[in-house]
Amino acid sequence: MSEPLLTVENLQTQFFTEEGVVRAVDGISFEVNEGEIVGLVGESGAGKSVATSSIMRLVENPGEVVGGTVRYRDEVLVGFEEGPDGERRRSPEMLSEAEMRTRIRGREIAIIFQDPMESLNPVFKVGDQLREFIEINREVSKAEAREIAVDMLREVGIPEPEERYDDYPHQFSGGMRQRVLIAMALACEPNLIIADEPTTALDVTVEGQILDLVRDLQAKYGTSFIWVTHDMGVVAEICDRVNVMYLGEIVEQAEVDDLFYDTKHPYTEALLRSIPRPDQTVEELNPIEGVMPEAINPPPGCRFHTRCPDAREVCRRAHPAYQDVTGDEPPHRVSCVKYEDVGYEDSDPLETAATGAFGGGLVEARGESDE
Amino acid sequence: MATDTSTSTKFDVRDAEAEEKVEARVGLRYTLSQVRRDPTALAGLFIIGLTTTVALIAFVDSTVFEQLSKIGFFANLGVEKYWLAKTFWYSPVHEPAGAEILRPPFGLTNELYPNRPGTLDHPLGTDHRGRDVLSRLFYGTQIAITVGIVSTGIAMILGTLVGAVAGYYGGWVDDALMRAAETLFAIPFLVLVIAFMTAFGRNLMFAMIGVGIATIPTFARLIRSRVLSVREEDFIEAARAAGVRDRNIILRHVVPNSFAPVLVQATLQVGINILIIAGLSFLGYGAQPPTPSWGQMLSSSRNYMLPNPWFSIWPGVAILVTVVGFNLLGDGLRDALDPRINN
Repeated sequence: MSEPLLTVENLQTQFFTEEGVVRAVDGISFEVNEGEIVGLVGESGAGKSVATSSIMRLVENPGEVVGGTVRYRDEVLVGFEEGPDGERRRSPEMLSEAEMRTRIRGREIAIIFQDPMESLNPVFKVGDQLREFIEINREVSKAEAREIAVDMLREVGIPEPEERYDDYPHQFSGGMRQRVLIAMALACEPNLIIADEPTTALDVTVEGQILDLVRDLQAKYGTSFIWVTHDMGVVAEICDRVNVMYLGEIVEQAEVDDLFYDTKHPYTEALLRSIPRPDQTVEELNPIEGVMPEAINPPPGCRFHTRCPDAREVCRRAHPAYQDVTGDEPPHRVSCVKYEDVGYEDSDPLETAATGAFGGGLVEARGESDE
Repeated sequence: MATDTSTSTKFDVRDAEAEEKVEARVGLRYTLSQVRRDPTALAGLFIIGLTTTVALIAFVDSTVFEQLSKIGFFANLGVEKYWLAKTFWYSPVHEPAGAEILRPPFGLTNELYPNRPGTLDHPLGTDHRGRDVLSRLFYGTQIAITVGIVSTGIAMILGTLVGAVAGYYGGWVDDALMRAAETLFAIPFLVLVIAFMTAFGRNLMFAMIGVGIATIPTFARLIRSRVLSVREEDFIEAARAAGVRDRNIILRHVVPNSFAPVLVQATLQVGINILIIAGLSFLGYGAQPPTPSWGQMLSSSRNYMLPNPWFSIWPGVAILVTVVGFNLLGDGLRDALDPRINN
């Protein structure tokens, strides 16, 4: 396979708060290839959005990207090196703030934000916002930018785009606004679009339409996507490859089919089990027990062990390595002590939030006998 | 483009009904429609409209005609300073004996008619030098309106910039700008303005600039507090992610969304500044005689309070009505722009 479009290696972002350092993103690595839709999945607070803002270098005080590398083609978006005094400092290849603004943001990498109701400036005409972004990122005149804007509105399925150009955001419905945001992202012809839970705020029918639209447009323009979501259904629908995040770390990464049919990590398994199904009542839902611990003080060992139905003694001590467990191409990477030689089998089961309420179901699911 | 047609038909169904539901809660038109329903705001608007019209007519009649009269073509038409007043107001038929020299608004002194109460010829009476009070009030309107708007404009523009930059960047920029603004606030207002005018010049222009600068903190603090919440909005993040410059984000995205309270404050501030500058004129720091400013009229009337109380009452009434007008409109705007009161 050719060079990946975007490479993220060991990216670390921390928030320096009064209570202490929050390791929101703690050493994640993944790649995005040309024309690929890569999922970034996890519960609220897993660090998905911080990860995407880190790639764009949009993390705001008190947050800071403190380590790792983000490479987009030949450009180093984030890079660190050892200084002569042993201190970690920004590498000289790392793009300056101005270069990020003029060369990367909008032009090469665009973001579609989560809430279409909040992501459009309410005092601006929809078309003018679109035009502003096009003018900044493409060398075109005002009139040309307007033309492109109208074309893009038509492209994303806004009826009568010439008339709607002069409407304000409040005159659009939620689904329509999401279309406008997609038009904004696409209009500057980026190679990579980061979609930060773009369908979460929409109802299911509109969500389906938007997913169809993205798939059509992706086929047409060949744009790569990083698709951030907590909805496994959407992942199955749209992604080629998936990264599952938990508490600032990627715990599993695989092709979408592998992830669903050959799930390796107990957290991914729990996520899949918690998808609501029409043939189940609310009482029959299988939520993940407990709540995600604070990233300010993550549990020792495996970060998921406090909620893991398969947790054993060793999980509390050993931090699992993130490694390929199948040896096949494409790789299926997972971070769980089960796949390491650290004595998981001999270790005693651990009492966790999940083992009591949840364990039976999982054993059953694996076809093992119920004791 | 075969896919286009299919996508657009497929997706359009919901839009028409959704549009009905969404009510416009922003924009100038909406604000005006709210103001129109509010009788007190309408009264304020009426007063401001009246004073502004008077000020404009006075401006044309004095300054514009004075300039035009220097051009041969207009001079031949008979254009001269105070042309309107002389044509429609000053009537020789009603002129009392010896009043030949009595010309509106503040020409030469008519020693025969000082300190008179209202008569048909001089509805609001004459001042201590026999000048017609009504015409002096009339021409003084331009000064009142101008100083109010210009001083507020200075404060609003600079204050908005300072506050928006401080609020948007935060950190040490915020600290530096806002501490500076608070320092300005800590000095007694009149002392600050008078010191400024002593340093630069005792005339109306420096009164306006001084008052403008002294009220910068009011606007800076107001808009900063709004910017602090607006800068967290998703559309600001979206603009940053699209590579928009900070300058454009502040001017095009942050400020327009934080401007409503500034607009309200500005309307109120025009009234307040008219009052302040009238006070400065009263103290001798504003318009200098013989310029007909309301504050300066009050100032000269104080020696004639007993023989001619009307001389001090009428300028006071003029100031009062104008300031109340701006306050009524300001309150109306605040109600119109505050979504909590609307429901």
